[in-house]
Amino acid sequence: MITALIERLLQGHRTQPFPPAPDALPDRLRGMPSIASNPSAEDCHRCIASCPMQAISLDGNEEMAIDLGRCLFCGACEEAAPGSVIRFSNDYRLASGARDNMIVTSRRKAILAEALKHESLRLFGRSLKLRQVSAGGCNACEADTNVLNTLAFDLGRFGIQFVASPRHADGLLVTGPVTENMRVALLKTWEAIPSPRLVIAVGACAISGGPFAGHPEVHNGIAHIVPVDLFVPGCPPNPWTILDGLLRLMGRV
Amino acid sequence: MSATFRNPAVIPIAEIPVLSFAVFRSCILDAVSGGSRVSALFCHAPEGQERRLFALLAHPGQNTLEAVTTRVGNTYPAMTPVCPQVHLFEREMAEQSSVIPLDHPWLKPVRFPNRPGAAPVGRTDFYTVEGDQVHEVAVGPVHAGIIEPGHFRFQCHGETVLHLEISLGYQHRGIERALVNGPDARTIHYMETLAGDTTIGHTMAYCQLVEALGSIRLPLRAEALRAIALELERLANHTGDLGALAADIGYLPTASFCGRIRGDFLNMSALLCGSRFGRGLVRPGGVAFDLESGRLQELKKRLTAAKRDVTGAVKLLWNDPSVLARLEDTGRLSVEQCRELGFVGPAARATGMEQDVRADLPFGYYRFFQIPVASMPHGDVFARAYVRWIEIQRSLEFILNTLSTLPEEHTSCDASSLHLEPHSLAVSLVEGWRGEICHVAITARDGKFAQYKVVDPSFHNWHGLAVAMRNGQISDFPLCNKSFNLSYCGFDL
Repeated sequence: MITALIERLLQGHRTQPFPPAPDALPDRLRGMPSIASNPSAEDCHRCIASCPMQAISLDGNEEMAIDLGRCLFCGACEEAAPGSVIRFSNDYRLASGARDNMIVTSRRKAILAEALKHESLRLFGRSLKLRQVSAGGCNACEADTNVLNTLAFDLGRFGIQFVASPRHADGLLVTGPVTENMRVALLKTWEAIPSPRLVIAVGACAISGGPFAGHPEVHNGIAHIVPVDLFVPGCPPNPWTILDGLLRLMGRV
Repeated sequence: MSATFRNPAVIPIAEIPVLSFAVFRSCILDAVSGGSRVSALFCHAPEGQERRLFALLAHPGQNTLEAVTTRVGNTYPAMTPVCPQVHLFEREMAEQSSVIPLDHPWLKPVRFPNRPGAAPVGRTDFYTVEGDQVHEVAVGPVHAGIIEPGHFRFQCHGETVLHLEISLGYQHRGIERALVNGPDARTIHYMETLAGDTTIGHTMAYCQLVEALGSIRLPLRAEALRAIALELERLANHTGDLGALAADIGYLPTASFCGRIRGDFLNMSALLCGSRFGRGLVRPGGVAFDLESGRLQELKKRLTAAKRDVTGAVKLLWNDPSVLARLEDTGRLSVEQCRELGFVGPAARATGMEQDVRADLPFGYYRFFQIPVASMPHGDVFARAYVRWIEIQRSLEFILNTLSTLPEEHTSCDASSLHLEPHSLAVSLVEGWRGEICHVAITARDGKFAQYKVVDPSFHNWHGLAVAMRNGQISDFPLCNKSFNLSYCGFDL
């Protein structure tokens, strides 16, 4: 017993503040990207061709656009034309409330998630219980969601808790591209959550299918199946990105 | 009579002699009875050509691999009755290629691929026990925590588990199918997400394979940085597992400390490459990020601090009699079961097997710098936990040593226009934190993958969890499950 108490003192207090201190995030983190204003056509095509997920395209006005919901944040585009078109900053704040708000161009930034409105905010703003379902996730999004329960992030202090039963939940947090083999189980879990209920899609897979987009075995994310209230991009998103998204939804950021 | 080689390797398909089925079968049976393992067994069925079975045998004593092949029709006599460790490979071949092993005792779906006429996921004739007071407990696919899906059925008499059947496939994303005709821009991302917690392990196995196919040699610094990343992955997961074991027996100090320290190790991977799981680090030709001297000093500093913390946190477990009482004699596997069923990784080493790809079939940096194999004879949850603890200490020592002797070279060589050897069999094995990761590719005329086979350690070990649960209590399940901590998506692919 005494050794456990001594060890407790040695381990110290490790809960981190939110927002995180600048050095809590790795300097090489690939976070919110930006697009240069007048890149050469050649560089643009090089970027577009380099993207394994076709997340980069030219929009109607021949302007480069990157879709954060498809992006794996692999940095291939940045490398294809170093310093001249796309740059990833280490800004971890990425979560959006709508799919359209996740398109970044040189003139338009991503619109980050806003707080829930009216009755939803009253219901969920102070206490949010979530049921997590992995539907084809690779265990990276799952692990970086689970880590929010550790003492480093201490999710409980924000009134957020992951619960075992969907009956006890206010919402569903989905990871993975939604495999055909998990579709029914996922829908049953969603139906078991009492209304009004939230749906949160964490990771490129849950938003757009991620690396598995277009596979006949998967459904290219959850949005085709149930309405989504929060999209958290990344492959996987950093835990701070997920936490930031949840707190935005609750009107805490 | 067969082709023998080291790890990783490429051999022309034409140089692998085509054996008669009887000789193929006796090759496998003789090797297994002599202490070798079947690392992969698969059916290659190119369109319009004859179907062939390929087996990859690992001979740990000789540090070599061996490939054998035979032609096959629609059926063949199953090998499982005399060689149980191929049971799942034979089920897999029946499901993927419709090659039916006659008299297979357990011929059930493996992943329930959504094909017309195939059984929907989870529909199979589950093993049942009948009798007075016998009852069945069914769990999943959706479990209570933040965890991947799978279905478990316990046949119980009172609290005693007579049998546990594990039925997976819920995570099936069709990766092996999508890898055919690669490599392409998505291939590396499939590798990184085969099992996301083993990003480095699988990506390294893949990169070694294409580097062998493209006949390029890596600078030693690249090999060293890969080995550091692989050991960091092992450290994070082993530390997390010890914390999770502590949580499941209600010993909260170690549970909460290790949960945080696991994150410290993940953040060290992020220090290297920006991603806590090592995404973007390992690329064909080397590694995409260097460890400059400032960063190296920072990593050393963090490792030294984490070493103190993890030692303090884990030693609490071994000093508490009530913790030990819960771990000891729970979920015991024997070394005979392990040999017969072909288990791998810490679960195998915890039965006393000295089996570790880093030592048996050394690859990359481990060809020059070895890590002693950690093994324990008891085969219970305690042994699986303690093997992890020994490995944590050895990985820490290995990384710290490697950091002080890091070769001064480039971190990668040009692999942008790799010409992959056509008509070849390429093999690459890596010791991931869960055990042996085996990648096998067969290339077509243009050097593209005609087939790509992935064997995650979980493929071998899920059955180990089922065997370990026999005659245990239902309440032992969380503990046994954490002591294996297997991958659902790595199995389901």
